Amino acid sequence: MKGLGRWLIPLSAVPVLALLAYGFRLDPRAIPSPLLDRPAPAFSLTTFTGGPLALESYRGQVVVLNFWASWCYPACYDEAPVLEEGWRDWRARGVVVIGVDIQDTEEKARKFITDFGLTFPNAPDTRGTVAIDYGVYGVPETFFIDRRGHIRQKHVGAVTHQVFRATVERLAAEPADPGG
Amino acid sequence: MIPELGQGALLAALALAAWGAGAAAFGARARRPALVESAQHAALGVFGLVSLALGLLIYAFLTFDFAVRYVAMNTNLGTPFYYRITGVWGALEGSIVLWGWMLCLYTLIVILRHRERAHELYPWALSVLFVVTAFFLIVMTLAAPPFARLTPVPADGRGLNPLLEDTGMITHPVALYLGFTGFTVPFAFAVAALAAGRVGDTWITLTRRWTITAWYFLSLGLLIGGWWSYHVLGWGGYWAWDPVENAAFMPWLTGTAFLHSVMIQERRRMLKLWNVTLVILTFALTLFGTFLTRSGIIASVHAFTQGAVGVVFLSFLAVVVLVSLGLLAWRWDALRAQGELDSVLSRESAFLLNNLLLVAAAFTVFFGTVFPLLSEALRGVKVSVGAPFFNQVNVPLFLALIFLMGVGPFIAWRQASLRHLTRNFLVPVAVGAAGALLFALLGVRSALAVLTLALTLFAAATIALDFGRATRARLGRGERLLPAMGGLLVRRNRRYGGFVVHLGILLIAVGITGSQAWSVQTETTLRVGEAAELAGYRIRFDGLQASEESNHFKVTGAFTVENGRVRPAVMQPSKKFYRQETSPIAGVDYWIGLREDLYLVLGDFSRDGRQATVKVQVNRLVTWIWIGGGVLTLGALLAILPERREAG
Repeated sequence: MKGLGRWLIPLSAVPVLALLAYGFRLDPRAIPSPLLDRPAPAFSLTTFTGGPLALESYRGQVVVLNFWASWCYPACYDEAPVLEEGWRDWRARGVVVIGVDIQDTEEKARKFITDFGLTFPNAPDTRGTVAIDYGVYGVPETFFIDRRGHIRQKHVGAVTHQVFRATVERLAAEPADPGG
Repeated sequence: MIPELGQGALLAALALAAWGAGAAAFGARARRPALVESAQHAALGVFGLVSLALGLLIYAFLTFDFAVRYVAMNTNLGTPFYYRITGVWGALEGSIVLWGWMLCLYTLIVILRHRERAHELYPWALSVLFVVTAFFLIVMTLAAPPFARLTPVPADGRGLNPLLEDTGMITHPVALYLGFTGFTVPFAFAVAALAAGRVGDTWITLTRRWTITAWYFLSLGLLIGGWWSYHVLGWGGYWAWDPVENAAFMPWLTGTAFLHSVMIQERRRMLKLWNVTLVILTFALTLFGTFLTRSGIIASVHAFTQGAVGVVFLSFLAVVVLVSLGLLAWRWDALRAQGELDSVLSRESAFLLNNLLLVAAAFTVFFGTVFPLLSEALRGVKVSVGAPFFNQVNVPLFLALIFLMGVGPFIAWRQASLRHLTRNFLVPVAVGAAGALLFALLGVRSALAVLTLALTLFAAATIALDFGRATRARLGRGERLLPAMGGLLVRRNRRYGGFVVHLGILLIAVGITGSQAWSVQTETTLRVGEAAELAGYRIRFDGLQASEESNHFKVTGAFTVENGRVRPAVMQPSKKFYRQETSPIAGVDYWIGLREDLYLVLGDFSRDGRQATVKVQVNRLVTWIWIGGGVLTLGALLAILPERREAG
């Protein structure tokens, strides 16, 4: 190898590096859920304030169902303000945010809700059955349920403003009745 | 306070490291010793500041300072004292601090060893070490800051990954990082040699012991990782070809190749280009390993958090690979080989073949590890490659390597004569063949196991024969037996240290063969009072007991085990439930023996405690892997000792 040929050596590393860089374009969090496009499992819980919380009663609205816990750093801490803001901005347009607190102590969960000033309905899943029905791996996980009560998207990890807005905008634009 | 102090120390260290890198390089170019001296002082400063940061982080862990986000994520009030220290490097941010600290320590040792002699390569190498240190400091201050604040300050932390609550966690990462960082030094001297245009053997002679040290720690890290996997993860294995295991294994393979190929250069002035390439590759693979573990681009059981750090690591990896290979292309003419192969039947060609096999193994591991990415890039399908691929490709390579282990060190340089070949290899070949026959007669049905054991015996016999002859020669000179043997080990420590390492590897090969070929297992559900039987053991289920531990809830099973040879005893595998984990963690109980281990893992159980599922494994010869690791340690120690060759 003479002259310019030798420079092929460093150049040969470029495709490998490019492949590795390509890895960033993929989303390892995009875990497919078998529940997608299926009816969301029904549940009824009691909120921290003592009221009833049943998924059925929100039929016709877009539901953002968020599983969280007070010990879940940093993701649950990152997304709590996002969810609260999304709830305030969108509730008038038929979107509801529901928090389900799993594997937690009530005292710490209440402190979490107070610290972040959360106002959307929030309930402890004391027996863990809701989390099991939804196949929750870890916290946080968020399910976006359309007006017909079907799970349309599952998000693993903290929900960002972009994810919230893009998903909710799409689902809120859909009619409640598939025929209409 | 602590977050600001820590971040401040790291920023100051970064500034000093940048200065050091520039001063050392400019001092080398302009031949101004005063600048190099200033760089040396900077190294001391960087070491002090990074030590301070590490100390602050440990202090924050011990005092549960949850204002530090990293502390909150990796401890909680229930974390025992001991694991609050190991928790410091239990996740990405802290492990980078530990890594950087070790690199600073190595840099200081390099300075202490080379300052007086002040070889031409030394300031360049110092500059490279600073550049690498500066990179880690950039990660620590920008991409993955361990001292980031958390607001609001929580009342309690999340807690350490429970799998990391194990004594192996103090040694495994430390050994692995000592190995990873250790390869920075030979790399730094190789780049120095390219930069200074002195591509002779000096950089190899200067770094020989560094290479062995780094290689040894990497081996140790891999072995402790296997041990941890075996007795903590509860699946009864020690190696799974997981991306992260592969990440540590690849530099080990190329590092092993490098360790051998430098001998050819020292002896025959061949393979200059190859050696530089290998050390660049090894260092790049240590970075790649970290990139892989930390970026989250490939799913793994070890996966750490993902984020900006992946991009930063990949960028640095690109810089390292492109710059060092660019330098190599620039010095191409000087690197071209002078010696030539005289014969296929020679030590050179045996070593060359060894190198090709090791690099081929590294390549297949690399290919298998990035295959999911490749497949998604080309076909848009996420496919991963499992253990069967790695085993099928690597087992023949490793068998050939064991064979070469018997051939390489004992065949003549340049060209081996027939007389020489029969003298050195007739007996070992006979031993290997006799062993194969014996194993076959004893009823070993697996051809692969027979072949591996026969090759192992052959390689061990060549070592024994050589050592026996050398001892006899000394006895002939009137020495007594033990002093003669001891003298050989100490006086020709480099050669015999290497052989002891080889024996260690052979023992590990025996352990792997045995556990793969002869282990048996069963999984069964028992009611209280019922018993399962496996390989002569009778395991009776006596009941379950629940207990609340400091940071988890634990259910322990009691099983009475008897096998006719020893008195019945109770084994207590358990299941631990941590609130930060959705699935429980297995607490394995085992008996360890030279011949076999009995290994119990508790599975599901009924709530009333009257019934439980238990996995019983009888793992054969696994202990020899750990014994092999001990032998390897002795050999490496021997090889690292300064050479004290007798005159004449």
